[in-house]
Amino acid sequence: MKEIKASLVGFGVVGHGVMEVVKRKRSILRDMGLDLKVVSISDHTGSIMNEAGVDADYVLKDKTLENIATSSMKGQEAIKAIDSDLVIEVTPTNVVHGQPGLGHMEAALGSGKNLVTSNKGPLVLSFSRLKKLADDNHCQFKYEATVGGTMPLMSLIERTLVGNTIYSIKGIFNGTCNYILTRMAQESISYSHALSEAQDLGYAERDPTYDVEGIDTAGKVVILANAIFGMDAKYSDVKVTGITQVTPEALAMAKKEGYVIKLIGEVPSLTVKPMLVPMESPLNVDSTLNSAAIATDLSGTITVTGLGAGSLETASAILSDIISIYR
Amino acid sequence: MRLSMDLELQDVPGQLITALQPLKDNKANIISVVHHRDKKTPTGMIPVRVVIEMDRSRIETVKAQLKETGISVVRAGEDRLIEEIPVVLVGHILHSDLGDTVDRIDSTGFAEVVELNLIMPGIDVPSTAYLSIRATGKEEIRKALDLLHVVSAEKRLLVIEPIEAEAA
Repeated sequence: MKEIKASLVGFGVVGHGVMEVVKRKRSILRDMGLDLKVVSISDHTGSIMNEAGVDADYVLKDKTLENIATSSMKGQEAIKAIDSDLVIEVTPTNVVHGQPGLGHMEAALGSGKNLVTSNKGPLVLSFSRLKKLADDNHCQFKYEATVGGTMPLMSLIERTLVGNTIYSIKGIFNGTCNYILTRMAQESISYSHALSEAQDLGYAERDPTYDVEGIDTAGKVVILANAIFGMDAKYSDVKVTGITQVTPEALAMAKKEGYVIKLIGEVPSLTVKPMLVPMESPLNVDSTLNSAAIATDLSGTITVTGLGAGSLETASAILSDIISIYR
Repeated sequence: MRLSMDLELQDVPGQLITALQPLKDNKANIISVVHHRDKKTPTGMIPVRVVIEMDRSRIETVKAQLKETGISVVRAGEDRLIEEIPVVLVGHILHSDLGDTVDRIDSTGFAEVVELNLIMPGIDVPSTAYLSIRATGKEEIRKALDLLHVVSAEKRLLVIEPIEAEAA
């Protein structure tokens, strides 16, 4: 049995999902010969630690660690001080300065620990540097959950399609935008009406800028450009147009001609914009689903689809990365 | 010279071969044959578009031979604008001089706006237009779209273009 001592950094929606999944999948992991122990959880209020593994049922009752933390250690200090092999970094993303995730990732890789993350911001800002830090310290650095949630994009390209030349990746990478555009098309309602509906259902934030202006999609485009195409792209290299200008009339006219309108991110052209997608296209998925078409030289175009966000869904991508490192 | 013909065939076996024989006899090189089974005419005929390379002087002979075999030729002629792309525009389309927007494409010499539908839901509310642009080739379609992006940026219009076929 291979023992994996993991430090979970970030205890929000995704962090809770990770603990839930670790609990549910304990026996399956054991069948694979993996004994995954989350020896510490840290958030902005402190850390809870247990060498035998933190009890998931105990921590899942609380939204934060405020009342259950056993140490005041936080962030980088905790990552460096706690004896672990793996850091799971799931703090909220920030594409402007990348913090606190960037510091956490540097601390983890700098300490020779493997890193699995769902946090886009640090990868958008410093992918090449983090990758080099991982290589220099002989660490594994996995980030499937940063692009497309459960949609198996990175692993599909890096493992299944290995040997293929990837010409382009085009797809729907933001479930909030896809939900809004789907509802506008279905009900002929305005953008603002569909946005309010998405907010009521919890699919959109109160401040939806990050999603609807295409910033989130652009971040994913940068990660794909750097991770898959070996580019040294920055957020500012992406030409971004969001969905706020799309009218119900545009969707109706598109429908009449056999198209839907979707917010499409493209690599390596580094664009994010609303585009006409043929109704019969496999990229045409509704509601909060994501999809991506990978154009290759040997395998033609392969399209994948899946839930782009959610607590357990993101945790599933994280679990897949962990297993791929240790199995 | 590249030409195209729009034919209407009966929905019975062997019609397509019958239609192509005069083209073979007149040394036409067939570039493409598109069978629009989904767009049957009210009389139950199937529209077929054939794109060919052939000597223009033989077109009347081909038409006559097709007529003899009972195939109706709806249109035949030089196919200059062979590529077509749909585009949706959103913004103050009319008040940002729609005539100029169309002229800028038409004046390229290689592309034209061949269809335009405009919806104006209210004063001071952005309008939406559906445009169909035809051009002499794929590269020219790309150039026309690039030009439309430049014009639309000047006029603050949103351009919604189709995703490329290989990804769709």
